[in-house]
Amino acid sequence: MKAHVHVMLKDGVLDPQGEAVRHALGGLGFDGVQGVRQGKVIELDLAEGTTEATVRDMCERLLANTVIESYRIEMA
Amino acid sequence: MRAAVVVFPGSNCDRDLAMAFRHAGCDVTMVWHKDTDLPTGTDLVGLPGGFSFGDYLRCGAIAANSPICRAVRGHGERGGYVLGVCNGFQVLTETGLLPGALLRNAGLKYICRTVPLSVATSDSIYTHGYTAGDSIRLPIAHHDGNYTATAEELAALKAEDRIAFTYPVNPNGSDGDIAGILSANRRVLGMMPHPERAAEPDHGNTDGARLFAHLAGALAQA
Repeated sequence: MKAHVHVMLKDGVLDPQGEAVRHALGGLGFDGVQGVRQGKVIELDLAEGTTEATVRDMCERLLANTVIESYRIEMA
Repeated sequence: MRAAVVVFPGSNCDRDLAMAFRHAGCDVTMVWHKDTDLPTGTDLVGLPGGFSFGDYLRCGAIAANSPICRAVRGHGERGGYVLGVCNGFQVLTETGLLPGALLRNAGLKYICRTVPLSVATSDSIYTHGYTAGDSIRLPIAHHDGNYTATAEELAALKAEDRIAFTYPVNPNGSDGDIAGILSANRRVLGMMPHPERAAEPDHGNTDGARLFAHLAGALAQA
């Protein structure tokens, strides 16, 4: 089984990389891109029966820094 | 007075930090990240600069969960002294020994140059050799030095006089122009600038030497 963890900078935390991507899109002529936030997706290959609670524990302890990041778990 | 300098895969300022401690009179032991205990009688732990574990996941995140960092966290929680420089500062925020986090520089560029710094407090074993308001110069070399914390944490740092160094000209976008902060008990210091790279006449700058001299002197008397 797999789980996907989406880690994003929290709202309100400046994302300079997202800002740079937004500027680059503007430079390519894509108008109207009002904001870009860049995050990461972590794909976990897990033993059958691993619970979402366990994945949440992984996020809290390592995969995300909850001081600056939020995360979302998708169990597949 | 005994210092331990932790070496992670990717540390690159570990020997510089050890040399600065040694020249100040410390007995220094290098400790590998897989070790589970600090040497008996360790007074001070140094977390060096570098790119521990390739900065994978987040700067300092993997290092903060290495076996030795469990011992370092225990040392800090027991009131031991810990100095984290650059990547070491990132490790300290990841372990929770210091509040906040270090984000990518606001200008997105890796910055490697000597910058002016203001000493914001002399009330710590690390900054006692300076006077608050002193202007010094130290090298910075980082891509993720943009310190951030919640408004409450920033207010607490300010109210408790725990901001150790600030940038008169902010190079990385850090909140409150912060370059280095102290723990609540003032025994853990995390800072992005590199005092160990400005600690000897041959470095061309000795503004960092006072930090090590006073640290070692104070610990020797303790």
